[in-house]
Amino acid sequence: MTDPATSAPDLLQGTGSAEAQSPLREAWRMFRRNIPALVGTAILFVIIIVTIYGSFLYTGDPYDIVWAPHEPPGVTPEFPLGTDYLGRDLIAGLLVGGGPTLVVGASAAALTMLIGVSIGATSGYFGGWIDNLLMRFTEFFQVLPALLFAMVLVTLFSPSLTMIAIAIGVVSWPQTARLTRAEFLKIKNLEYVTAARAIGAKNGRIMWRVILPNALPPLIVSATLTVGVAILFEAGLSFLGLGDPNTMSWGLMIGSNREYILQAWWPVTFPGLAIFLTVFAVSLIGDGLNDAFNPKLRER
Amino acid sequence: MTAYIIRRIFYGILLMAGVVVLNFFLIRLAPGDPAEVIAGEMGGATKEMMDSIRATYGLDKPVLTQLWIYLSNMLQGDLGQSYFFNRPVTELIGLRIWPTILLVIAAQVLAVTIGVAMGVFAARKPNSILSGFVTVFATIGYAVPVFWMGIMLVILLASIFPVFPVQGMLDARLHSADWLTKTIDILYHLALPAFTLAIIYLAIYARLARASMLDVLGADYVRTARAKGASEGSVLFKHALRNAALPIITVAGLQFGGLISGALLVETVFNWPGMGTLAFDAILRRDYTTILGVLFFASLMVVIANLITDLSYRLADPRIRTGGA
Repeated sequence: MTDPATSAPDLLQGTGSAEAQSPLREAWRMFRRNIPALVGTAILFVIIIVTIYGSFLYTGDPYDIVWAPHEPPGVTPEFPLGTDYLGRDLIAGLLVGGGPTLVVGASAAALTMLIGVSIGATSGYFGGWIDNLLMRFTEFFQVLPALLFAMVLVTLFSPSLTMIAIAIGVVSWPQTARLTRAEFLKIKNLEYVTAARAIGAKNGRIMWRVILPNALPPLIVSATLTVGVAILFEAGLSFLGLGDPNTMSWGLMIGSNREYILQAWWPVTFPGLAIFLTVFAVSLIGDGLNDAFNPKLRER
Repeated sequence: MTAYIIRRIFYGILLMAGVVVLNFFLIRLAPGDPAEVIAGEMGGATKEMMDSIRATYGLDKPVLTQLWIYLSNMLQGDLGQSYFFNRPVTELIGLRIWPTILLVIAAQVLAVTIGVAMGVFAARKPNSILSGFVTVFATIGYAVPVFWMGIMLVILLASIFPVFPVQGMLDARLHSADWLTKTIDILYHLALPAFTLAIIYLAIYARLARASMLDVLGADYVRTARAKGASEGSVLFKHALRNAALPIITVAGLQFGGLISGALLVETVFNWPGMGTLAFDAILRRDYTTILGVLFFASLMVVIANLITDLSYRLADPRIRTGGA
């Protein structure tokens, strides 16, 4: 694109020294040196690969009753993690249950970002009564306790994975909206935005092609953390039995076994560890991105 | 200040009216006849029952009239009848709201005090082991599902290290005991659920207090305080922490909604007889009136918490007190 409006920021940044690197490349350089962030990336990568290919390699049906109930882990070689209250293989459940958790987490986070960024950007860019109205709307959504509101939505409509993702998205966008608004307020009066406007760029172009790319760093960090929150939400909803009872997920495994925790600790412990590891990995990545985008904060 | 408080209260009432309008539209948007939604899936509401619901909510009238009836009923404290529990929803929640408030406040107090103390001591030596521990702990606290943490504590404490009770709020044998024995027993039962809920939020406050103390400890007035020979405790808690308190108060207010959500999960793990277990039972029975009632009261708790946060913000910072409104 050789559009003058989009290249305005590049022009301004291009006036620096020849060695100056693009902020993204700089951030990537920082991220690569951040050991916790790399560990997080590795863990998440392994979890995703295992979830995708695990069910092909390990051909057990998670719904099949294959053994005596509550077989402890490490006793029977065929079922290294033991069985649950019905005698179902825990490893099979863990492998299959990761998929819904990850997919719902990622799509709910995407929806959160979509709603939050649209509302926040409109609010921050236009200001005035639009800002006022949208911020009141946002405050209203912040008053509703998120998990409870999501519970209500899933109960009233349908307990499907799609509905769970929508419900999580609908309840968790306000913080993203506030963050986006703050970034837009900060950036919209900078010179390159004025320059773009002077060239005759329309509002939509300025918002999405000029301001948004420059507001991305904090939004990327927030999107990463949102994935973690969404996974925890999904787990909470499935734990309460609000998920689709026919779709195996880590939260559902904990929820359906919770009545027997005093007889058998393993059917709830392993899925919980899986959730913890996933969210932990995601948050390490988020912290790493944050440090990479804000090198100044890191020196503290 | 009074004018400001009145304005905030008025705004709170508006927000609650918004919650009621939302509830109304949720009932209408849900698949099926609104009367059936209100009656809940109780496996056979009689025809008279359905007719009485239609009459009470004016379901044969235009939508706007229905909204008006619903809104005025709700704001007058009539949240409808739970057809499953066969009691008015307000009465049901009236019994269950206090345990939840107790749990949430206990968890909040634990999380803020322990978290801030950890953060303050971590900030004193940013490169120490404690400081590193706070960072690691904060990341872990963020990633643990709160209900799973509760279950792990139940397993640990019930079978391996039985110190605290893991179920309920009051020992069944103590129902006719005097109030002191009862209070002690309730606090004894409260320990685990409150601690479970606090652990998650403790991490947030520790991290925040550490960051904002680090900011403040570099300020000139802290150097001045040290130079004039103030004791380390006085520098930390009187000079620095008071200035670092604002972000902590803000976040404590913002976290309140999350804390209530967390409380709902923790309650179901520990069988704590609050609104969370009520909502859980209501959801199993598709008792929508009760669920929406819980949503209403939980939102009301957040509105009140926000109001308190706002006011304490003004008490903590004289600049805001004299500056605005």
